[in-house]
Amino acid sequence: MERVPILTIGQTLFVSIQIDLQDESVIRLQEDLAEELAATGAHGVIIDITAVEIVDSFVGRMLTTIGSISRLFDAETVLVGMRPAVAITLTELGLSLRGVRTALNAEKGLEILNGKS
Amino acid sequence: MDELPIRSGDDVVRVRQSVRNAAADNGLSLVDQTKLVTAASELARNTLVHGGGGMARVEVVKSATGRVGVKLYFTDEGPGIPDIELALTDGWTTGTGLGLGLSGARRLVDEFELTSKPGAGTSAVVVKWSR
Repeated sequence: MERVPILTIGQTLFVSIQIDLQDESVIRLQEDLAEELAATGAHGVIIDITAVEIVDSFVGRMLTTIGSISRLFDAETVLVGMRPAVAITLTELGLSLRGVRTALNAEKGLEILNGKS
Repeated sequence: MDELPIRSGDDVVRVRQSVRNAAADNGLSLVDQTKLVTAASELARNTLVHGGGGMARVEVVKSATGRVGVKLYFTDEGPGIPDIELALTDGWTTGTGLGLGLSGARRLVDEFELTSKPGAGTSAVVVKWSR
């Protein structure tokens, strides 16, 4: 199982998913993020899915859960870089990713997080 | 034609890659490729989690009018699904997911057939046609 690395930059945790996600890696990422949020007191999480070719119901649920977990640590999650084909497929699948903010790219995601003081 | 075992999470990733290659090589648009691979991911996970593992087959097919499509078979010898109509309802779940796996997969493909007998396993066959 491959692990997704988490970078801490100031008050923000940055996750860029560059692997073909299998379910175990997804669960591991959830756990690692919760640990990092508790350890660092970060106020924001950016999840970059530019390289992610598909988001199925399992990964979609994980993203929503990460949003909920972050909120419990007073952190906001912004999902960035979704591909157009992924957005169309997610909508048809019936997933709304409720509770997760999205932005076009990492830069805009950071703007959202920095606007929250 | 590709026959692939589904015994682990790694196998699910391999099935997705094989479906992606078949879809890209046979003229499906990027959106249609993404829909088919997403449906394959849902069905392969079901085979693994609920069917206790099984097989996937990836096939290229041609319609009577000459359209090319990608056909996928997922089979397992697990406990089966007692009520297929119920299992295909949005929000129906065994408790581990959102209940969008099967119903969502059906929306993402052009043809969808699910057969199951309690005790005798489950088979899902789906097709996505090039436009």
